[in-house]
Amino acid sequence: MEAVTTQSALPRSVEEIRADFPILARQIGGKPVAYLDNAATAQKPAAVIEAIDSYYRNSNANIHRSMHDLAADATALYEGGRERVAELVGVRPGEAVFVRNATEAINLVRFSWGRRNVGEGDTVLITRMEHHSNVVPWQLLCQEQGARLQYLEIDDEGRLDLGELEQKLASGRVKLVAVAHVSNVLGTINPVAEISARASAAGATVLIDGAQAVPQLPVDIAETGADFYAFTGHKMLGPTGIGVLWGRRELLDEMPPFLGGGSMIKHVADDLSTWAPPPAKFEAGTPAIAEAAGLGVAADYLASLGMSAVRSHERELTAYALERLSGVSGLQIYGPPDAADRGGLVSFTLDGIHPHDLAEICNRGGVAIRAGHHCAQPLMRSLGVPGTARASFSVYNTPEEVDRLVDALEQAKAVFGD
Amino acid sequence: MDQLYREYIIDHYKNPRNFGELEPRDAEFFDFNPICGDEMGVHIRLEGDRIADLRFHGQGCAISQASASIISDALKGMTVTEVANLDRRFVVDELGLELSPTRLKCGLLGLKVVQGALLGTDEWPSGTPEEDPDAAEVARLRDEI
Repeated sequence: MEAVTTQSALPRSVEEIRADFPILARQIGGKPVAYLDNAATAQKPAAVIEAIDSYYRNSNANIHRSMHDLAADATALYEGGRERVAELVGVRPGEAVFVRNATEAINLVRFSWGRRNVGEGDTVLITRMEHHSNVVPWQLLCQEQGARLQYLEIDDEGRLDLGELEQKLASGRVKLVAVAHVSNVLGTINPVAEISARASAAGATVLIDGAQAVPQLPVDIAETGADFYAFTGHKMLGPTGIGVLWGRRELLDEMPPFLGGGSMIKHVADDLSTWAPPPAKFEAGTPAIAEAAGLGVAADYLASLGMSAVRSHERELTAYALERLSGVSGLQIYGPPDAADRGGLVSFTLDGIHPHDLAEICNRGGVAIRAGHHCAQPLMRSLGVPGTARASFSVYNTPEEVDRLVDALEQAKAVFGD
Repeated sequence: MDQLYREYIIDHYKNPRNFGELEPRDAEFFDFNPICGDEMGVHIRLEGDRIADLRFHGQGCAISQASASIISDALKGMTVTEVANLDRRFVVDELGLELSPTRLKCGLLGLKVVQGALLGTDEWPSGTPEEDPDAAEVARLRDEI
């Protein structure tokens, strides 16, 4: 077995990094938790937890428009968080709208951009591998507007076919192409720049769901060619309750507000109002201030490791997992066979054992994996399975944890008498 | 011995009793657990107000499938009123093991569809909710579907 522990690409040892995450000391089933459910949500380094704690202890106030020092502190933390997360993905802070999560980011586009730009007879084009958060909003928009929802299918290795994209775009009715940067089930890293280029050439607007990509890849949003790019804080070592919608400035300027209320206005007359410039235009009400501060620290934490190094670490772990799992008889792996083409996760099924039973037996050994449809039922139907088990990695995971997963799978086979 | 996946559980999972279709039939129901995707349907033939025969069909985890298989024989011969009075305890006793809150719904799905077929209800068997932290969430999701 190829050793991958000693040659970590990260600037600090994985042991040191693990020590930054208090929850990893927790014992489950008498063993330290092997947390392999990072595609669902990642654990938080102490620095993020402390930033949230410190905000409430030392700086809590509502942001903007107050003259006192606490409000100035809170505003600086909130806007500082925006600047740091914007820097991580290479965009201007003024184009980074804070939302609750990627789901809300996509729904913001649905309500604000979609209702104005997608009409009867138009098409919204998504892919077979989308998370429900990038499916359901478009189903609802299409139902509302009399538009058509179409899917790009996947091949046997979980890849999109750009030829099919061209065919669908040729109708001339595609107004929006909404696609995951990295699939949360297959792990596929989609050729988003190529997709954007072709879609843009056909006059379609492009939304990329980057919820799985930003935590694990070096992402330069400009290079993706997207018009909108959505991601969430809690998968990138940050807090829950905060995410980002990046939009091209011209689009954000043209779009009507999503929610109306405080903070998003310029002037409120009796009968109508004018809007603050983006991003404030889309941030009605008191926002998630502590979470913004925490997200800024999470972005700094990832930047200090270097996203290329994070990617290398997770690619090596994924390659190791693919190798070990392919040695388990009766196990099927979904998605691209080569770790270079996929993000840091592996979905699989094991003959004769339901994924939930696998997850239950893994949990006994302290190995936390996810099982089920992963909010991707259209994909599950296409794969012909009720669900899969999924192991997904982050900066603090080790090859030993992959070994513990494989051991647990062997135990499951023993329990089920195979 | 495994506390959850006991030998007879695995046996019922791999070789479920009273599984398949029933033709003709007097009642049927199909449902699933939206949280985990376990699916279960039932076909029932009645004689008067008693269950003469029944068949389950579905796919899901070992607990959901084995549970339906295990309760299937006990259900035969019961009256509609008797079925209406069955609750979580019946399933747990038949299974011969306690279920953790995360697996309770798996175990109860078989009884739920039988009660659905005979009583026209779409409720989880009584004795479920307060012991299941997911109950409120499940109820909310069910309303949405």
